[in-house]
Amino acid sequence: MSLRVVHYINQFYGGIGGEEKADVKPELREGAVGPGLAINGALGDKGEIVATVICGDSYFGENIEEAKAEVLEMVKSQNPDLFIAGPAFNAGRYGVAAGTITEAVQNELNIPAVTGMYEENPGADMFKKSVYIVSTRDSAAGMRDAVKKMVPLALKIANKEEIGSPEEEGYLERGIRKNIFLEEDGGHRAVEMMVAKIKGEEFKTEYPMPTFDRVDANPPIKDLTTATIALATSGGIVPKGNPDHIESSSASKYGAYDITGVDDLTSEGYETAHGGYDPTYANDEPDRVLPVDVLRKMEKEGKIGKLYDTFFTTVGNGTAVASSKAFAEEYAAKMKEDGVDAVIMTST
Amino acid sequence: MVKEIERAGLPIVHICTVVPISKTVGANRIVPAIAIPHPLGDPNIDADEEFKLREKIVQTALNALTTEVSEQTVFDVK
Repeated sequence: MSLRVVHYINQFYGGIGGEEKADVKPELREGAVGPGLAINGALGDKGEIVATVICGDSYFGENIEEAKAEVLEMVKSQNPDLFIAGPAFNAGRYGVAAGTITEAVQNELNIPAVTGMYEENPGADMFKKSVYIVSTRDSAAGMRDAVKKMVPLALKIANKEEIGSPEEEGYLERGIRKNIFLEEDGGHRAVEMMVAKIKGEEFKTEYPMPTFDRVDANPPIKDLTTATIALATSGGIVPKGNPDHIESSSASKYGAYDITGVDDLTSEGYETAHGGYDPTYANDEPDRVLPVDVLRKMEKEGKIGKLYDTFFTTVGNGTAVASSKAFAEEYAAKMKEDGVDAVIMTST
Repeated sequence: MVKEIERAGLPIVHICTVVPISKTVGANRIVPAIAIPHPLGDPNIDADEEFKLREKIVQTALNALTTEVSEQTVFDVK
């Protein structure tokens, strides 16, 4: 019996357009579109994509409740046996949309559902505990690999078969604990692991320690009128011409630019290097991403003590978490050294 | 990046559009922005109105920086 499958993709994979079309509302199309064709191929005679829902990444991200409801209605109308979203790879908004809709289809429509994305996609952290997210590579170069893992898992879920471990099935750890019996008792296994560790041999922990990465909020500023405020952004605002060649995606560096005497960022002097959102509005008026004009006015009016003379910028589009951490660690130290009291970070 | 700056001891506020991402990652002071391609702007209104809008958002962010928070807090622009 061939399963009826509905597939969710974004405006880019739907062939509608790139960033300039990221605001398109959800659309329902018959059959498979874009990567759906590869998924259909992998499904073979076990299933078929009967309909595809396409939605703009920015529309979803800016209207989560409405978009979710609209898409759910479209999915429901097709009466599917199985729902697949993505794969979203490292596209942040797409991953968040795919995760949101997969969770909703699974929990509200009770339809088996699966999605796929790169482990650093913000959607992964948000949804890996509630839905099956296949771990993919960080770009569409990994499409074949993603489909190869997503389809078999999707079929297992749809057919209510037992799902194996994350390693076996290729999905991101869900934090589910499963009790099993092992031949050797804990004492033996612990000693063996210790011996391997001492010998410098390879060993595998049975329980990876979770990363509790939360930082407590710093105390508030007491007096804005004497405070030095610094600006930073992940929106990629750079001097016109991008002199330091910050990459439009997967940035390998950040920029530090002097704004002494600059009252206002203009399209003649500045632009955005970010390749992950429609740059038109930021290029026309860079203050829309980095509000130098407002802060400079507030400085002149005495509302804030001083606008720090340097702003720090990078492109947040698919940039590795480890890289962003390193950039911020470095420039935060400089800010502190120079007497900055507080920071405003803007993101697109 | 927001967490690293906080870790360095500087109070920081995150102005961003997709608030759920900022929350998941762990920002403590968050101000919702207008839209992804223009977080502190609106190309559909005239320049003066837009500047006033930007002022409101920045003012909200500054208010967040002067407010004590014990958990992640979203400061809505009113």
